[in-house]
Amino acid sequence: MIKEKIRVENFHLSIGKEYILKNLNCIIPEKKITVILGSSGCGKTTLLKSMNRLTELYNDVKINGKIELNGNNIYNGFLDLNDLRRKMGLLSQQPAPLPMNIFNNVAYGLKISGRKKKRYLKFRVEHYLKQANLWDEVKDRLYTPASSLSIGQQQRLCLARGLAVDPEIILADEPTSALDPISSQAIENKFLELKNHYTIIVVTHALRQAKRIADYIIFMYLGEIIEQGEASEFFNSPKNEITKAYLRGSFN
Amino acid sequence: MMKNQRRKTEEKIFIQIMRIACGIIILVMGLIILTILKKGIPALNWKILTSVPKGGFYFGGEGGILNAIIGSLYLALGATLIAFVISTPTSLFLNVHLKKHFRMQNAIRLFIDVLWGVPSVVYGAFAFSVMIYFGLRASLLAGILTVSVFISPIMIRSMDETLKTVPLNLYEAAMSLGSTKFEIAYKIFFKKGIPGIATAILLSFGRAIGDAASVLFTTGFTDNIPKSLTQPAATLPLSIFFQLSSPIPEVQERAYAAAVVLTIIILLISITGRTISQKFMKNDIK
Repeated sequence: MIKEKIRVENFHLSIGKEYILKNLNCIIPEKKITVILGSSGCGKTTLLKSMNRLTELYNDVKINGKIELNGNNIYNGFLDLNDLRRKMGLLSQQPAPLPMNIFNNVAYGLKISGRKKKRYLKFRVEHYLKQANLWDEVKDRLYTPASSLSIGQQQRLCLARGLAVDPEIILADEPTSALDPISSQAIENKFLELKNHYTIIVVTHALRQAKRIADYIIFMYLGEIIEQGEASEFFNSPKNEITKAYLRGSFN
Repeated sequence: MMKNQRRKTEEKIFIQIMRIACGIIILVMGLIILTILKKGIPALNWKILTSVPKGGFYFGGEGGILNAIIGSLYLALGATLIAFVISTPTSLFLNVHLKKHFRMQNAIRLFIDVLWGVPSVVYGAFAFSVMIYFGLRASLLAGILTVSVFISPIMIRSMDETLKTVPLNLYEAAMSLGSTKFEIAYKIFFKKGIPGIATAILLSFGRAIGDAASVLFTTGFTDNIPKSLTQPAATLPLSIFFQLSSPIPEVQERAYAAAVVLTIIILLISITGRTISQKFMKNDIK
């Protein structure tokens, strides 16, 4: 039996007069890797960013319907947005290290939530850098700017930074598309390890990546959800014609 | 083949045009500096830098322009400081809090651009009318306030142009760590923007120290170094203006000496500023 973490119900999103997401209904199972799959421009990223309400940074966005996290509607006006967003670590396509040194990048989230004791911070930063498999590479230069790291290292730093605020969910928006194969693999393996503790949602258009890591799949096409379900079922016996065509590689 | 030939000629012609354009700028710059150096250096000496005008200074008497040097520095530093205090929150607010309110952003930017375009003499006249209403006399404080109002649009828009380039995904990253908008503004955007913000400050300082029209009515002119904010103060641009108006060649020479001093101050400030901002840049460029 799947335990659901997030439930999306009759969710519509439009920017200006254009509909980006149309009547979405889906669930995200807890402590599994859910892959949102689909071709470019189908609304995968928008769906992902709707989950921590980052879509509200865009101009002219209209939203209808609801998204529930642990049974509470996140589009409820009384919700503390900072709390909601802290529950969801975000990995973007291009890593975006904060303009500060490596140590402070990881400590930032802890500091702004009031944990400022030096010894505690040191301990936590080391812990999360180790979790992201970055500690050995940076332990001798913790106080150099984060921008001096390679892109692959930056992405792992962003992962460490995200984990440090103790989220329940990791949102990853094509987290490996800017990385070389080895760094990509490191991130994928990390996800497989982390899924015992976190609910992970990965947006990707790479079918192979989805096959490697997904437990649960949500397949989107032109702003709609075409098919969703357990990964094995999705890949072995797809039901929808569009899904079949996509899996055959008829379009990307 | 023919088409390729045409493109090659085009390339050559445009390279020449750009070289000429660059050359003209450098030439003009060089001529200005040469002129003031040639005319100003003979009159430039320790005494002129370290003493205030004595009796009959503007008719060739003894003295120097220390009053104007100090006055200008006080004025420009004070005005830049106040403008910074106004401009930083404004530009951060525009780029962080108003992120998705395009119409509001555009309206504010248009408004500030209009203010940028208003000639400084208009600010001077406006401040003068306010001073008359309250019965105030020309003073260093009035000058600082006037100049800070007139350089604020410049500072806000130059900071704004830098902050605009902070990528959206950095905003999103900071947001998803649970940052408040205040933290995003002052811990992320401000830090990311430091090189540009330094440039904005220098640009504004240069405008503040070099402007004559806005201080003419508001700061007045005096032969003394101001001892408090309520006293009038001399400024270098006005000092240059008054001395140049004199028919006596010696006094005119002193005007050029003052121009040399003004140029050197601006040069020093921009070199220091650039060094500082480049130091920050090193930490930051990907």
